[in-house]
Amino acid sequence: MISRRELITVGLAAGGGLLIGCVTPRVGGPAPATPVEPPAPLPDFAPHAYVRIAATGAVTLIAKNPEVGQGVKTSLPMLIAEELEVPWESVTIEQAKLDPVFGRQVAGGSMATTLHYDELRRLGAVARTVLVNAAASTWKVPSSECRASEGAVLHDATGRRAPYGTLLEVAAALPVPKPSDVTLKDPKDFKILGRRIGGVDNPKIVTGQPLFGIDQRLPGLRFAVYEKCPVFGGAVKGANLDEVKALPGVREAFVLTGTQDKFGLLPGVAIVADSTWAAFKARRALKVDWVLPDVKRSGTSGELARDANALRGQPPATLVRNDGDVAKALARGGKKLEASYHAPMMSHATLEPQNCTALFKDGVLEFWAPTQNPAAGQELVCKTLGLAPSAVVIHLVRAGGGFGRRLLNDSLVEVGALAQRLEGTPVQVIWEREQDLQHDFYRPEAFHHLEAALDAKGRLSAWKDHFVTFGLDQAQTPGNGGDVDFDELPARFVEHYQLGRTILPTHVPMGWWRAPGSCTTAWAVQSFLDELAFAAKVDPLTFRLGLLGDARQLPVKNPRLRPYDTGRMKGALELVAQKCGWGRRLERGRGLGLAFHYCHHGYVAVAAQVQVSKQGALKVEQLWAAVDVGPIVNRSGAENQVQGSMLDGLSSAWLQEVTLADGRVQQVNFADYPLLRLPDAPPIEVHFIESNVPPTGLGEPALPPTAPALCNAIFSATGQRVRQLPLLKANLRWS
Amino acid sequence: MATWHLQINGNERVVEAESDTPLLWVLRDSLQLVGTKYGCGVGLCGSCTVHLDGAPVRSCQLPVSAVGAAQVTTIEGLAPQGTLTALQQAWVDLDVAQCGYCQAGQLMSAAALLAKTPHPDDAAIDAAMGGNLCRCATYTRVRAAIHHAAKGGAR
Ligand code: FES
Ligand code: FES
Repeated sequence: MISRRELITVGLAAGGGLLIGCVTPRVGGPAPATPVEPPAPLPDFAPHAYVRIAATGAVTLIAKNPEVGQGVKTSLPMLIAEELEVPWESVTIEQAKLDPVFGRQVAGGSMATTLHYDELRRLGAVARTVLVNAAASTWKVPSSECRASEGAVLHDATGRRAPYGTLLEVAAALPVPKPSDVTLKDPKDFKILGRRIGGVDNPKIVTGQPLFGIDQRLPGLRFAVYEKCPVFGGAVKGANLDEVKALPGVREAFVLTGTQDKFGLLPGVAIVADSTWAAFKARRALKVDWVLPDVKRSGTSGELARDANALRGQPPATLVRNDGDVAKALARGGKKLEASYHAPMMSHATLEPQNCTALFKDGVLEFWAPTQNPAAGQELVCKTLGLAPSAVVIHLVRAGGGFGRRLLNDSLVEVGALAQRLEGTPVQVIWEREQDLQHDFYRPEAFHHLEAALDAKGRLSAWKDHFVTFGLDQAQTPGNGGDVDFDELPARFVEHYQLGRTILPTHVPMGWWRAPGSCTTAWAVQSFLDELAFAAKVDPLTFRLGLLGDARQLPVKNPRLRPYDTGRMKGALELVAQKCGWGRRLERGRGLGLAFHYCHHGYVAVAAQVQVSKQGALKVEQLWAAVDVGPIVNRSGAENQVQGSMLDGLSSAWLQEVTLADGRVQQVNFADYPLLRLPDAPPIEVHFIESNVPPTGLGEPALPPTAPALCNAIFSATGQRVRQLPLLKANLRWS
Repeated sequence: MATWHLQINGNERVVEAESDTPLLWVLRDSLQLVGTKYGCGVGLCGSCTVHLDGAPVRSCQLPVSAVGAAQVTTIEGLAPQGTLTALQQAWVDLDVAQCGYCQAGQLMSAAALLAKTPHPDDAAIDAAMGGNLCRCATYTRVRAAIHHAAKGGAR
């Protein structure tokens, strides 16, 4: 018998690729030593790492990627189950740990569906093909006369039926076909894909069973907090460790010098205690003497904004793209518009704060990690703590939200360092909310100084954007997830186009925030397009459709991306306009707004209806989305992602900003970093356009068009153009 | 350290804890009832909601010394083992959760609402649920699931 672990080893020895086609697993071990012993149960049939079938017929499917609320623990196994021809209700889903046999295991970039739709269907079909062949060889009939259905193989001509569990021994002896050689089902025969399927962890979630990072409990577990310098880049000079160690429930308190990596192990003070509360309380008594870095201008939001605004009309540090002759086109007659848009820094504020659990024993460091990117975590741990990858085991546990925060593995390396020191004792590091908010990797601030011209017919003739954002330290490199795409609209749709960029250095580490780049750029672009439509006295829908032009495919610079399909974009825009009743007359104080955006391979158009009181109180009455990401895998999950990302777009545009003062983040908890609440969440209609293109992901693309649709609706209601977020700070009064 | 006799999900549980320890951490760290979640520690997010004699309270704000003889119900005790209340079933049927982290708190607030107001209108739902943050913003389904359960779960 070959266990899955051994299979993986074999697979790795064979080059680290997928197992399929490399090995043929065998069942049936050595004969029992004596005939009186009961026969050993048949081992599971595992044609590859993703499927196990027991002799009882029980099917276990492996969910390869981290689950952070985006639904992949359900949707990816659905792809396998569909082709394996097993009833969804009968399968058990098992979360994979980090293992090279599974290839890329990342929750990021809305990539899971895009990358795995075909691959996982093929893996399901591989297992089904072996089982069909096993039945055919047992019955001595051609495989082509057999078919699989509901966890069994059928031979219709003779009415024979063999449940999968009865075929394991034969199946295990047969060759496993290559994924590229198997036949996939016709989508019209799908029984699982396209349905509404609830999340596989729902029963545990609604009964409060242990699932999440902070739920991990090991015998003898200690609880720890790790205090870092409130000013990014600071180090520890000293701390009242003896006082802290004397507190009830505290086991240890010590300083870690950390590394220079601002995304890795920062310098800090660890407190290890018997309970979370003892650790939290001890943290309140901790007094650290910090060595503060010199943060000067870069440490205060007001100063940074002044510097960014002073760049208006100035040449950019980098010319990113320059089509035609923008200067000349802008100097020509015709209508000209100028505006500056400013979106603040943002925190991820996952509801489950950063945390991780680890145990260092017998030279192996084992993690139970709510991470979006475990391989990067392993690499960071190896580099920082001097371990070989084989000595770093990462179990993936459900994370209470990601939004990009958990692509970076600082909590993982923190607990790793502690576990190494506490050898033999498991430890959980948990961040208090205040720490989570003040030690995030923030969404980079974005300023767009825009200029544009309209021709005599009211069409866009020139567009210039001087984009200013923040970078870490001195280089002209934007913070993680802060850049504007080279092909960002309206590039390619206007003859004279210029995108320039200047980076203001800060000492603040930045990180990818849901729909990176797009989340701020779409707001500026789609708001300014709205301004141009009104300036041209053209209906904003007509103006946008005119800009997109005829349905065609436009090549893009990024080789990983498919061409931009203007027809799909227009289709989404037209559908959302129809669904929201675009063109309806509304009384003053009420308004409809539109926006569209393409990112992560998804084409999404959003409409918003708002009501604004004369005193400026905002009520968002309804949102609509038209979404084209190809065929839908899980209708329930897809709709949930679209609604959630739209409300995330609404919540962030309305309520949230992170500001700096003297080098530290000012926001402390949900009182000054508020999240959208249920009473303010509008009803949302989601419409999918299900073309035949290969399907793509939904974790992000509905977010970027939401803020501009909202702000355009506010303009139509009040005549007030919002050019600075969050809305909470804007004066929306009208008379 | 002091000894506390707590009435949790219908059973008496004896724990040792400092008197200022919030009930949240007694549940999670002493009793291994990890369904009740930590989100903010200051009463702003609702993740830690439990029932105290049927009323929803923020367990992060309730020191163990203040619990006394009150009946504490946590998400683990909302329904007898192996069963679901109509509300929990509605949460499953409508697939409310995204990450799921806030949902224990959402359910405890919603259960307390339905116990007092079996057929809440939207305004009553707004009032009862406004203090439960969901970072994934599952609010449209939270609202729908409460209505669904109130209607007896009929689709
Ligand atoms: S953890 Fe208690 S209200 Fe947030
Ligand atoms: S489901 Fe993620 S916080 Fe509510």
